[in-house]
Parts: sequence; structure tokens; C-alpha cells
Amino acid sequence: MDTTLLAVENLTKAYPGVVANDSVSFTVRPGEVHALLGENGAGKSTLVKMIYGLVRPDSGVMRWNGQPYEPATPHAARRTGVAMVFQHFSLFEALSVAENVALGMEDPPKMGELSARILEVSDAYGLPLDPERLVGELSAGERQRVEIIRCLLQDPKLLIMDEPTSVLTPQEVEILFETLRKLSAEGTAILYISHKLEEIRSLCDGATILRLGKVVGTCDPREKTARELAELMVGQTLHTPSRESEALGDVALELNSLNLKSANPFGTSLKDVSLSVHAGEVVGIGGVAGNGQDELLAALSGEILAAPDAITLNRAAIGGLGPNQRRKLGLLTAPEERLGHAAAPDMSLTENAVLTGTIREGLTQNGFVKWGAARDFANSIIEAFDVRTPGPENAARSLSGGNLQKFVIGREVLQRPDVLVVNQPTWGVDASAAAAIRQSLLDLAAKGAAVICISQDLDELMEISDRFAALNEGRLTPPRPAKGLTVDEIGLMMGGAHDMEVSHVEA
Amino acid sequence: MDFSAINPLVLLASIMVASTPIVLAAIGELVVEKAGVLNLGVEGMMITGAVCGFVAAVLSGSPTVGFIAAAIGGALLSLLFGILTQFLQSNQVATGLALTLFGLGLSALVGQGYVGIKAPPTPDIHIPLLADIPVIGRIVFQHDLMVYFSIALIGVVWAVLKYSRIGLILRAVGENHDAAHALGYKVVRIRLLAIMFGGACAGLGGAYLSLIRVPQWTEGMTAGAGWIALAIVVFASWRPWRVLLGAYLFGGVTVLQLNLQAAGIAIPVEYLSMSPYLITILVLVIMSSNRNRAALGAPAALGRSFHASS
Repeated sequence: MDTTLLAVENLTKAYPGVVANDSVSFTVRPGEVHALLGENGAGKSTLVKMIYGLVRPDSGVMRWNGQPYEPATPHAARRTGVAMVFQHFSLFEALSVAENVALGMEDPPKMGELSARILEVSDAYGLPLDPERLVGELSAGERQRVEIIRCLLQDPKLLIMDEPTSVLTPQEVEILFETLRKLSAEGTAILYISHKLEEIRSLCDGATILRLGKVVGTCDPREKTARELAELMVGQTLHTPSRESEALGDVALELNSLNLKSANPFGTSLKDVSLSVHAGEVVGIGGVAGNGQDELLAALSGEILAAPDAITLNRAAIGGLGPNQRRKLGLLTAPEERLGHAAAPDMSLTENAVLTGTIREGLTQNGFVKWGAARDFANSIIEAFDVRTPGPENAARSLSGGNLQKFVIGREVLQRPDVLVVNQPTWGVDASAAAAIRQSLLDLAAKGAAVICISQDLDELMEISDRFAALNEGRLTPPRPAKGLTVDEIGLMMGGAHDMEVSHVEA
Repeated sequence: MDFSAINPLVLLASIMVASTPIVLAAIGELVVEKAGVLNLGVEGMMITGAVCGFVAAVLSGSPTVGFIAAAIGGALLSLLFGILTQFLQSNQVATGLALTLFGLGLSALVGQGYVGIKAPPTPDIHIPLLADIPVIGRIVFQHDLMVYFSIALIGVVWAVLKYSRIGLILRAVGENHDAAHALGYKVVRIRLLAIMFGGACAGLGGAYLSLIRVPQWTEGMTAGAGWIALAIVVFASWRPWRVLLGAYLFGGVTVLQLNLQAAGIAIPVEYLSMSPYLITILVLVIMSSNRNRAALGAPAALGRSFHASS
């Protein structure tokens, strides 16, 4: 009897124009924590979707305990003993915790019984959770517990986790790892997808590294340095953004006790947010998703109006002005959602350039668009930010995430803002594009603009910020110099364990 | 002006009859919207049901056959909407509007030879004992079977949505179709079934008009009842029992204004005819004024088309 739980042999899956997985093979033993490592677009998600029965492979075989394994649907995969915790897209906000759990089970017991079992399992693994609450009211960490408990109730042999820590505070990550180690000790195999190298080094027993759909290496991550893993993953040496420190100028943007009610019933209202940002400075704002980031961006961009005095730009009250008036005064923003918020997906790059650039770049005259000037502006963005596209007449939707992100950031940077606010500037962007975007933010600050970077990527914030503050349930901590902040201090600023007490994880 | 001509007993009793078509159409649309689909073609499905039911009842001489035919007719028309929106990814709003226009035209064509004929009568049932209760018995317990069927249907839909697994899956699909798909539920199939249920209910509502309420066939006889049903689903914040309440409120105002007209009140008839619609709009505005509460009831994926791209 060999000890392989799942063997994947020569799995291939092609989509029109791209081979997502090219002859991928690897094995997982019972109780092993196996990492799938790779950049965005390396084919990790497609691979696990095939194992979970969501996507059928074009060729190749999978074996489960030596038997052929061909799940046609997720139901079949769950019956075999495969469970999956998704990165996003798998919870229903308006339904209760128990209802969400029931939807992910093959034959759920009656609701009363199920609630009792949820309490039992959540207690056993130190993941406290109230079955009656609506998922929309839960924090990101608590939502993830819902997914994990949904999986655990089915007694899985293999648990797939797709980028589970991207939305957690450092303390929450520790609780998660505690749970995973306990599961692994009980014999459950875990397939762990991530691009965070330190996590993988501390958690995983084996790793398979993917690049552009191909396996480029397998290793024991505990024997490699993070740098070695990164270079395997990216296939080149990485360039780290750099900057010279400049003397700070006057206060450019100031928030004075900004209070704002969220427009979304599950959103977070801003409470008493105060902050001043100097010219030439980068302020990083961290925090777990859903703690008021979207609302803060909307308040700064002018999508939601505030009391006039609550926001001042170069000492002028602008809280009551709309987005275009603020642009005219020099406050530009780039929101998080690329498709639909920062850019109109089905419009061309030229048209998208006009949408925010028309005021500062003078792209309209007497109500008519000056298309020639607009095209030149779009071309200058494409050139300056190395946006890979055949030309400015292409639809925004046709660009890859990284290229479109470079375009929407570049569009604001080239308008010479006095203050630039960006939200998640490198979310879902590959490492080299992310480095370019960060460098452009630093260059902008060096030229004397104030930059506010809202992000959930702590490494990014530590790399570019002069000062760091964190949002927690709509409140902003006082900013502290980023240099020398420890992970523990950052975690405490982000709200500590964020109502997740580390409770009784007994072995 | 002679208010004594209004008999409060008859008035109250006729509210239930006047409201039943809207109750049926609205509860069907509620299920459709709970599954995340916005079908604006309720009016077209109602009038198609009205003509199918009328023709079948006249030909067979049986109102029961008429109602069955109406449900099938409404469901078939909604299936057209389902195929267009779920498989061919057409825009739900535009397709729904087109469905209404198509249903109005189709029903006029089918009903050409049936104008002026009387439908076979549907008997009122007298529930023993209950019907003999003074006042209440007269108002509540002496109607035809469809009135009670519509109330029972509200109860069934409420219980299924709240307690059953299929109801949970339906709500999940309407809440987040990507997540439902990721968990392995057949989003398109569930939505098609919900759309057909909605079509059948709208058909029954239309047939109730042509077979019992009026009972005759005339072109365009639904006169906006389908749009009112759509508004009542929003008014009810997607809750079944509130659909009943909303429909009876609308029915009540309709019946009252008819009685006031008959009593010769000194307000122009046009204003009275307008009043049920005005009151519906007014109530909708009041209900929607609290945006958070309204948003909580609405299915999050309402009106968004789903394509399994992964």
C-alpha cells in the first residue's frame, strides 16, 4: 500500500488563447500540507478547480488512493472527500451562517441539529462562530471560519485552501495555521495555494511551483530561502522599488474628524477619521478588507459628500465638492475595482482616459471631445507606464489585470495631482507590474505630491510608506513612522485579533 | 351622492375577488426574483394566460381545464423569456418588456373569435359551518376555489422558501450565482424552473380575470395588473405574506373607487380610476425611503445575467 492520497498525472487544460495547465503532475500524501506556489495567472486556480470537479481537464489522469478519480461535479468531489475553501465567491451575505454551511454539504441535517454541530466543531477547533448570524455582518476572518467549518463538517480527506490568508490580520493567520496543523496531525491532507513565501515556509511540508501553467520545480520549502522560492516562482530576479527621502512640504490634505455613513447595508461607516498628509509624503493605510477602505476612498474622491470642513485640500474646505471639482483642485483618486469603477470595461482606453482626464488635461472644448488630444494622452500613458496593448482604441476589458491597473494608475499620475489616493493599487497584479506601479507612486511623491495608499498588502505598505495607519471598523489609528514597525505592532494597529480571541486550541 | 348605496359587506367580499389575480401573479414573480431573475413580462404572461384559459374553458366547457391551460400557456411564454435570458444571455429588462408586448399581441390574435362570449361559470363554494358565520362568513368563506388556492399558494411559497432545502438553494442562486455555481448548483436550470413557475402563476392570475372576475374576453383586459404585481413584489420586500397584504390593499382601493363611482361622488371619475395606481406609487416611495432595509430584502444578484466562465 503506497501512501499517496492524490496523484495528479500530466493534467492539461487549455482555454482559447491560453494553456492554463500544461502537463502538470504532483502527489499529496495523507496528512501532508502541500503548497501550490505561483504568481497570478500561473494556473493554480484552474488546477484546483479540476480537482474539485468544477472544470474538466482536457487530458491527463488523477488518482485517489490509487483508484481513478474523475469528478464530474463538486458534489462528486465532496462525496470522495475533497473539500475546498475559496478565495472569494462562495458565501451568501444575506443568508445565515448555518444556511451557508448547509449549502456546501451533500446531505445536511435539520437546521437545529446542524447549528448544534457547527457549535461543536467550532469549539473543537477553536473557531468560535454563531450559527444564526448573517454572513454579511461578519468580518473577513469570521467569514473564512464559515468556509472552513463547512468543509470540516464533511470530514474531508483533502482540504484545498485557495489563498486563505490574503484577507487576514497576522494574528488571524496564526489562528488559521494552528487549525491547519491540528487537521494535518489528524491525517487530513491540505493543498495550500499561496504566493506568500514566508507562510509557506512555516506551514508546508512540500511544494510544487508553477509558472505559466507548467511545473517548474518541487521542493521542501523549509529548506529554501524566501528569495530562492520567489525566483523559482517569477523566473527572474526581482527589482525592489527605491526612493530617496525628501524633505516634507506643507500639509496638502487634511481630514478633520470625518464621520460618514456607509451607503451599503453591509458596509462600514467612517467614525471620527483624522489624518494630515504632507506634500512629498506617502501614507499607507492598512487594515482587513471591509473595515471602511471603500468608504474612505469614496469620501476622498467625492463620490460621497461630507461636511465641508471635514476634508481640506491645501487649506481649502472641499468636503462638499463633487469628484470633478476636486479633480480641478488637484485631488485625484484611483479606486480598487478596475473593471466598472476605475475604468469602464467596454469603452476604449482613449475614452477611459477622457473620463477622468478631461478637466486637468483640457480634453474637451465647448462640450465637444478633442479626440486627437485624448488619443495623445492615452498614448502617453501607454508609453510612460509600459501598458501592453495593441493601441488606445482597444477596450479596457481586453487588457490583463496588471496592464489595466498600470493604465488606471498612470492616467492619474500623469495628470500631475497634488494629492493622489489609490486603493489596492497592485491587487491581482503580477510581481513586475506591481513593482512598476509602486515605483511610480514613489516617483510621484518625490516630485512633491502627497500620496495615500490604501492596501491590504502589508509588505507593499511597508515598502513604500513613510507613515502607516490602519483602519479598524471605520476608525483610523494615529499614523506612525513605517520604518521600524514590527509585525506585532502592525497587527495591534489593525485591531489586534479583531474580535477573534485565540480561544482554547488544545491539541 | 348616496353612500348608502355602498354595502360594506359586498365591498369587503369583493376585495378578495378583485385582489386574487394580482396575488397569483405577484407570488410567481416573487419566486422568479428570489432566484435572481427580473422578468418584466408579467403583464404579457397574464394576458396570455387569460386568453388561453378563456379559449380552453369555452371549448371544453370546464373552467378547471381553462385554468390548467392558462398555467401551461403562461409557463410556455415564460420559457421563451428563460431561453433568451439564460441561454442566449439577452438583457433581462429588454427581453421582459418585449415579452409584454409580444403577449399582448399574441393574445389579441388568439382571442379574435372569442370576444363577447360568456365563460362557463365557476361555482362559489360554501364552506360548511364557516360560511354560515354572520358577517365574516359572508366576507371570507363564500368565494370560488381559486381565491383559497391563491392564499394557500402564498403559504406554500413562504414555507418552501423558509424551511426547505430547495428554497434555500433558490435563495442562494438569487443571492450570489457565482458562489452557487462554485458549490456545484445548476444556476441556469434552477432559474429556468423558477421562471416557468412564475409564468404559470401569472397565467393563472390572467385566467382568473377572464374566467371569474369579468368573466369575458376583451383585448388588453389585464389593464396593467401585471405591472402592479411587479410593484407589489418590491413593496413586499420580497416576503410572501406581505405580497398578500399589498395585493389586498391595492384590490381594496380598486373596489372602493368603483363603489364611489357608482355612488356618484363629486370627484371626476378619472381621478378615482387613477387612485389605486397613485397609492401604489406612494406606498412604494415610503417603503423605499429606508434604503438599507429595502436593500436587505432584495436578492443581490437580481437582474444580473450569469455565465459559467470558469
